[in-house]
Amino acid sequence: MKETPLSNCERRFLLRAIEEKKRLDGRQTYDYRNIKISFGTDYGCCIVELGKTRVLGQVSCELVSPKLNRATEGILFFNLELSQMAAPAFEPGRQSDLLVKLNRLLERCLRNSKCIDTESLCVVAGEKVWQIRVDLHLLNHDGNIIDAASIAAIVALCHFRRPDVSVQGDEVTLYTLEERDPVPLSIHHMPICVSFAFFQQGTYLLVDPSEREERVMDGLLVIAMNKHREICTIQSSGGIMLLKDQVLRCSKIAGVKVVEITELIQKALENDQKVRKEGGKFGFAESMANQRITAFKMEKAPIDTSDVEEKAEEIISEAEPPSEVVSKPVLWTPGTAQIGEGIENSWGHLEDSEKEDEDEGGNDEAVILDGIKMDAGVDVSHIGSQDAPIVLSDSEEEEMIILEPDKNPKKIRTQTISATQVKAPSKKPVKKRKKKRAAN
Amino acid sequence: MAFLDFRGGSGRVQIVSKRRATCGRHSWSPRVGACVRRTHLVRKRALLGGSNKPRLHVGSGAMEGAMQTESKIRADSRTEPGPRGPGCSLRHFACEQNLLSRPDGSASFLQGDTSVLAGVYGPAEVKISKEIFNKATLEVILRPKTGLPGVAEKSRERLIRNTCEAVVLGALHPRTSITVVLQVVSDAGSLLACCLNAACMALVDAGVPMRALFCGVTCALDSDGTLMLDPTAKQEKEARAVLTFALDSVERKLLMSTTKGLYSDAELQQCLAAAQTASTHVFRFYRESLQRRYSKS
Repeated sequence: MKETPLSNCERRFLLRAIEEKKRLDGRQTYDYRNIKISFGTDYGCCIVELGKTRVLGQVSCELVSPKLNRATEGILFFNLELSQMAAPAFEPGRQSDLLVKLNRLLERCLRNSKCIDTESLCVVAGEKVWQIRVDLHLLNHDGNIIDAASIAAIVALCHFRRPDVSVQGDEVTLYTLEERDPVPLSIHHMPICVSFAFFQQGTYLLVDPSEREERVMDGLLVIAMNKHREICTIQSSGGIMLLKDQVLRCSKIAGVKVVEITELIQKALENDQKVRKEGGKFGFAESMANQRITAFKMEKAPIDTSDVEEKAEEIISEAEPPSEVVSKPVLWTPGTAQIGEGIENSWGHLEDSEKEDEDEGGNDEAVILDGIKMDAGVDVSHIGSQDAPIVLSDSEEEEMIILEPDKNPKKIRTQTISATQVKAPSKKPVKKRKKKRAAN
Repeated sequence: MAFLDFRGGSGRVQIVSKRRATCGRHSWSPRVGACVRRTHLVRKRALLGGSNKPRLHVGSGAMEGAMQTESKIRADSRTEPGPRGPGCSLRHFACEQNLLSRPDGSASFLQGDTSVLAGVYGPAEVKISKEIFNKATLEVILRPKTGLPGVAEKSRERLIRNTCEAVVLGALHPRTSITVVLQVVSDAGSLLACCLNAACMALVDAGVPMRALFCGVTCALDSDGTLMLDPTAKQEKEARAVLTFALDSVERKLLMSTTKGLYSDAELQQCLAAAQTASTHVFRFYRESLQRRYSKS
């Protein structure tokens, strides 16, 4: 679907509001929206909500052979997908620019910053290493996808547990989840992206732009930082020209924000771990709010299936037995056999349909839908008895026979049921004719 | 021939001979030619009525007595945390609607640990190449959690699309498109049924006109022929056959069925009958969830 264009008055309104330091949702210039993190039942699954922007993250692992030039390092694979439910404009062919940009930024933020220790992912050097795959799905687009995605990625990686492996000499043992507790990944630091939107050629700036604000912004500056105030990635796009002190100011703001967000992430992870250890209920079902009228839960309910057998028997006894299918192949010539009679060839009526009335046309359809073969039989019997010449069509196929139109087509159609009996034996003379011609 | 007795969560399935004339709760019914449990209707209503829902639930005085005696049994079956005993019960259900701001309708449906998020866009503009002159073009997209979508997702999309096309009144919106996007959030068994339920709730939330609601129910038959409804991933893997049905809400008729494995025609009819019974419960869940949302009290 095409994106709904932004109207001029909406654009002007937004820009005027920003000039007066007002935002549509009432936030201040440097305020982030509410961040909510919820975890699923399997390790490595989380949903992050940044305001209304929602991202699902899942981490999975697999044992593979390492890359040739990096024989002792594990492999990291990141994939962000813009699901079609996130925005009507996200269609499979249409989102390539944005998608490539986001994926590349995410990769630089997580892979090049070496936040995950890839050496620890090595099992047997040169032969088997862990491949960690992070899949992110954008579920709802309300602006600032990159921040939400980076938070989801790092939270999922911190939450993930890989199966335990032990190497003794040449033997490698991979323990299942039941045998040994899974092991977390070794993560050095948590880089988080912070986005700054610039308006009016860099005069005004907003942190965490919403979708409307993103549409009217001039440029975007993304700074990926960790809580130790180390910049992992910095990217400026949109062609705005920023001054040095602007960039420095942004990095200071980013430092403060990242510390807050990292605290939130740590708290969420600790909570989840505590709940799992104590054996309480965890997962998305628990994080669903009870008080909302749009949410509803029902406990597990037993179903009475004691009368299932009786019902089934009733149905089977009342049902008609399946029709007997007896296939009798008839061999005409070596290499030509026939099973069944087939339905009526309706092409033969085409030339004659112009002469017939319009009512006939209606009758034709009804007859063909029934699938009753009748005309063929009756016409053929006529031909067989009268020995009339058979008109061949112009088609390339030599075996094609066009049946002559009958004098009283209506009468034949009502004789459908009786005609079937005539059909079987009468087919043979026609076929014999065909054979003769083939021989000639 | 046997009938299944599911009493309580920890009870084993008892195979009872069909020709037993008298047993505690049953009476011989000559018409059907088998033991018929006469009291099951009252008890089922009581069981469903007694769960912890807000006051809006309608209950009669006669059922209260039954509810109290049954609540004890229910409490027992609920406190056991692990897998359900053999027999038939549906897992814990939860549904949230309208949770995404961009799609016209959205719903998240949870069945035990299986969770699917559905978003619906429509009726909306359609590409010329895909438009149908007299009805709406329905499109279903299913995305797995990890990896690229493959053939299994394509076939599930087709099944869900056929089900939706049977109920959605596409003729009211010709030359438009209705897109249902499903995202698997977690998969712990009965995935297709959960997708169908999520799709239905999302279509209701979007206000797409439909002639009936539909629900998905999965049955599994294990090697002894025991029937299990709403199987977990482990039960599905060990089952001899897994059957998924889509049923409509008006007359519990069959909209779609897809099966995997080996089973006899009698077993098929039994699974279908069991699914129809289970679908009553699912439709009650839909109704109460929508009542909660739209009622004034």
